[in-house]
Parts: sequence; structure tokens; C-alpha cells
Amino acid sequence: MSTKTESWGSRVGLILAMAGNAVGLGNFLRFPVQAVQNGGGAFIIPYLVCFLLMGIPLLFVEWSMGRFGGKYGHHSTPFILDSMDKRKFWKYIGVFGIFTNLAVAAYYCYLESWTLSWVWHSISRTFAGQSQDEVAGFFNSYVGLEMPFETIFFWVLCLLLNTWILSKGLSGGVEKVAKIGMPLLIVFGVFLAIMAFNVEAGVAGAINDASVGLNFLWTPDFSTIWSPKVWLAAAGQIFFTLSVGMGSIQCYASYVKKNDDIALNAMSAGWMNEFVEVVLGAAIIIPISVGYLGVDKVLEMTQTGGLGLGFKTLPFLFEQWGTVLAILCGVCWFGLLFFAGVTSSLAMGTPVMGFLKDEFGWKHKNAAWAFGGLVFILGLPTVLFFNYGVFDEYDYWAGTFSLVLFAFFEIILFSWVFGLSDLYNEWRNSDDVLPFKAMKRLPAWKEITTGADIKVPAIYKFIIKFVTPVFLGVVFFSSLPGVWDKIINKDIYQKIATTTDPKELELLNETILFVNASRLLLLLVFVGISFLVFVAYKKRKKEGRI
Amino acid sequence: MKTEALITMLIAVGTVTAVTGYFFYLVLSTPPKQEPDSYEDNDEELVRKND
Repeated sequence: MSTKTESWGSRVGLILAMAGNAVGLGNFLRFPVQAVQNGGGAFIIPYLVCFLLMGIPLLFVEWSMGRFGGKYGHHSTPFILDSMDKRKFWKYIGVFGIFTNLAVAAYYCYLESWTLSWVWHSISRTFAGQSQDEVAGFFNSYVGLEMPFETIFFWVLCLLLNTWILSKGLSGGVEKVAKIGMPLLIVFGVFLAIMAFNVEAGVAGAINDASVGLNFLWTPDFSTIWSPKVWLAAAGQIFFTLSVGMGSIQCYASYVKKNDDIALNAMSAGWMNEFVEVVLGAAIIIPISVGYLGVDKVLEMTQTGGLGLGFKTLPFLFEQWGTVLAILCGVCWFGLLFFAGVTSSLAMGTPVMGFLKDEFGWKHKNAAWAFGGLVFILGLPTVLFFNYGVFDEYDYWAGTFSLVLFAFFEIILFSWVFGLSDLYNEWRNSDDVLPFKAMKRLPAWKEITTGADIKVPAIYKFIIKFVTPVFLGVVFFSSLPGVWDKIINKDIYQKIATTTDPKELELLNETILFVNASRLLLLLVFVGISFLVFVAYKKRKKEGRI
Repeated sequence: MKTEALITMLIAVGTVTAVTGYFFYLVLSTPPKQEPDSYEDNDEELVRKND
């Protein structure tokens, strides 16, 4: 165990860092697309219900787990989970909290490097005079490594920047970046929202007023409100936007002392993320795109997600506003995405570093550089073989599947296992005939309310114990058919069956090879971390720390 | 803008902004806990008191 633990500089700094962890590129690129595809304005109802019934409970749970583990000097999930129950397998479930961060950081830092590069290209006027197809083509050639030096330069620069900030520590690095990045992100977002709201048909090539885009996004289609698909989309969006199920919230919260508040901190950080997503995320990309491209074209483009709109379309649309505004808006948009990205990737580094420091006594700086090195090695395939589906494969297994699985396990541990043995003994010594009365209680409740600066509504006892696990169970089990399709590469084989172009056929066959290889690599990483956890456990036992 | 879109947008944006502002106000207005707390910035105050 490391002898001297770090700490946060200030409460506001912790909340901004935690909000920065949650705010990511998805707030601006994923949320508006999900809303458009799932009932427009009516989407906000299932979205906010899911936030109240799944998002907030998971935030309470993860903050509480982190602070609880921190009391015993644990700053990563394997041994945080281990400290919550005597059964030995929990620490291996906790491996997800390191694996996910490492694997997500591997592709996320690459995505983050695009934003840095696009800031540079906005300033250097690369997109000036280019058609929309040329701007989109630039993106394709960038990720297709047709300009390998530049692609790799920005990626390595981004990795070095992350590693350097992490090496400066929590209060000296992560918190400082959050204190600068989050306010700047909001300022950039407000500026772009004002620009978007001022789009006027017939001015600078626009074909629609901003109101057409806002109508497109916000007009409620109440016929969709009972559709399971819409509810699953809302639950998925809440899940991914809050960065729950990753282990990074637990890590940040593990530096909070046992009598300090977590309830108000969790609410404040969680709602700040919602503000960025609902207020700013909804106000930029759709109104501008619809203003210039029309509803049908944008609807077609959203089928492939928000990434295309953000990187392939917006730079072209900014150019319609003239040189100065094109530069300014390009810097604000990609700067905003960069700050959203970097505050999240820094949060991915801290659990990995915490594990190395706690279990193997590594120095802080060495742990930061080890994290940077691991992300470099693991991220290299996503850069080199982007067009072969490696990036998407990492995103699916680490950034989607693992999160839901880990969150499902942790809510079960927190609600149904943690502290239950005390409750059982209490019941044995009481006059109650049946254990139901005791079972209705939530022993972990005190972990949420200790030191709380707000009164947490008692209804959350019931929600955390029954509603959130059911919600997560539905999200997880409903995703299983898709998981199976993914495992058997159904999508790729379907494309192979319908393709006649020999070049594309060759690419698809090679894609299967790369996809399977990247799965094997991710599996090896998981097994490797599990082995390290086993070694750490043996070490702890030998040193009498268990 | 269409009335129903405007109402939906204003309710959603207004609610989220108000709740976010309320919680952040609570954070700023709640007095800090007694030292030792989790935050370094006010640690010097403790040192001064102990001195």
C-alpha cells in the first residue's frame, strides 16, 4: 500500500473533475442523435426517468463504494469490492474497473487526438473552400493513415499530454485541468449555441432557420413513449453519459474522507453532466446541420451516429460563416470536444495508477508513465487498423458490454450483499420470525448518508434495492442477443453475402481477422490484470494486510 | 418554433438548469466540515489553529 495518499484540492475541484469524467464527446455527438431517433422531445421523458431511477442511484452507489474502499487505502475496484464482502471472487469482478479504463483509454485517446488535430486544421484553414465531400474525405484519409505522420503525431501528443497531467497528481494535474477545462467548455458551448440559434434561411447559404432544427429535435412524438426500444435507448444513453460502470468514479471518490459528503457531490456532478448534455448538447449540432442540410439529409446522416456530423460536416458548415467565424467556431467546437475528452481520459488513468501504487508500491510518476505506455501499446492497433473495425471492437467490448456487466454486478453487491451478514445476525438475535422485515432494509444506506449535506429521499432505499437492479438487468439481458450476433460476426458475414466487389470482399475478410485478433488481445489484457490482482492478493496475505 | 416543441424545450432546459444551479449553489453555500477534511486548500487553517 502506498504510504502517503493524495487528496483533492477543493470540493468544487472534485465536483468539476467528477463532472468532467462524465462529460464526454457523447454529450455533444450521441445525445442529440439518440433524441432525434427516439421520439424527439418525447425522448426527454424516458431519459430523465432513467436518470432518476438508474443514473442517480448508480452515482450514489459508486461514490459510496469509493469512499468506503478509500477508508482501507484502496483506490481501484478489485480491492474496493474485496473489502465489501468476504467472498474472494469479488476482487476478480473488480478487474473490470481496471480493464475498462485501460481499454477505453486506448481508443478514446485516439478519438481525443482528432479533436486536437481538427483545432489545428481549423486555425490553419485546411477546410477553406472545400466541399462537404472533400471535408468528409479529409476525415477518411486521416483515419485511413494516408497522412500517417500527422495522425500519429497528434495521437502521441495527446497521450503525452494525458500522461504528463496525470503525473502531476490529483490536485496538481487532474483537478487543475477540470477547473480550467469545464468552465471553458461551457463558455464554448454557449457561444456555439448562440451561433446555432442565429442560423437564418437565405443567409450564408442556410436553407432553414434554426427553428426548423429545434422543431426537428424537440417536437414530441408521444406515440413512441411506450416503445421498449426508446426506453432502452434512454437507459443506454444515461448509462454511458454518466461514466458509470467504469470504476473511475470509485477511484475519485476513494480520496474523500469517511465523514465528508458524497450525496450532494454526486448530485451536483451528475446534474452538471445533464446540463451540458441537455442544454448545450442539444443546442449545437442539430440546429446547425438542419439549417444547412435539411431534415432529410440530417436524418440520413444520424443513422451512422454523431461522429460523422461532428467531424465530417460541421467544419464545412462553419466555413459558410466566413474566415473569422469559421476559425473561431472550429476552435470552440473541437476545443470543447477536446476538453470533454481529456477530462474523461484523465479519469481513466487514475484507477490504473491507484492499483499500481496501492498494490505494488509504485511511485506516482512511474505509475503515470506506465499507464501512458500501456495505452500506447494497446491503442496502437486502433490507430493502425481503424478501417478494419478494431476501434469499434474496443468500443463495443470495453466501452459498452463491460460497463453494463460491471454495473450490474456492483449494484447487486451494494444492494444485496454488502452488510447483509450483519443484518442476518441482527435478525437471528431478534424476535422476528421471518427475515422479510430485515431483508427490506438496505444496510449500505448509511454509506450514502454519512456526512451528507442533503437529505437523501428515503424512496432511494427502495429504488437502489429493487428498481435499479431490475433496470440494469433488463438493459443487460436485452443486449445479449446483440452480443451473440457480435461474437459470431453476423453483421460482417451479412455484408460478405451481399458484396460483389472483390476489393470490398477482401477488406471484409481481413476485417474478420483483425476483429477476432483484437478480441483475443482484450481477453489477454483482462486475464493479465486478473493475474496481477491474484499476485497482489497473495502479496497482501503474505504481508498480513488481509 | 412549433408551440409543443418550444414548450418541451423550455421545460426540459429550464428544469435541468434550475436543478443543476440549485445543487451547485448548495455546494458553494454549505460551510466546510471540520478539519481534517478531504481537501488540501484549507489545510493551512488547521495548521494555524494548531500553532
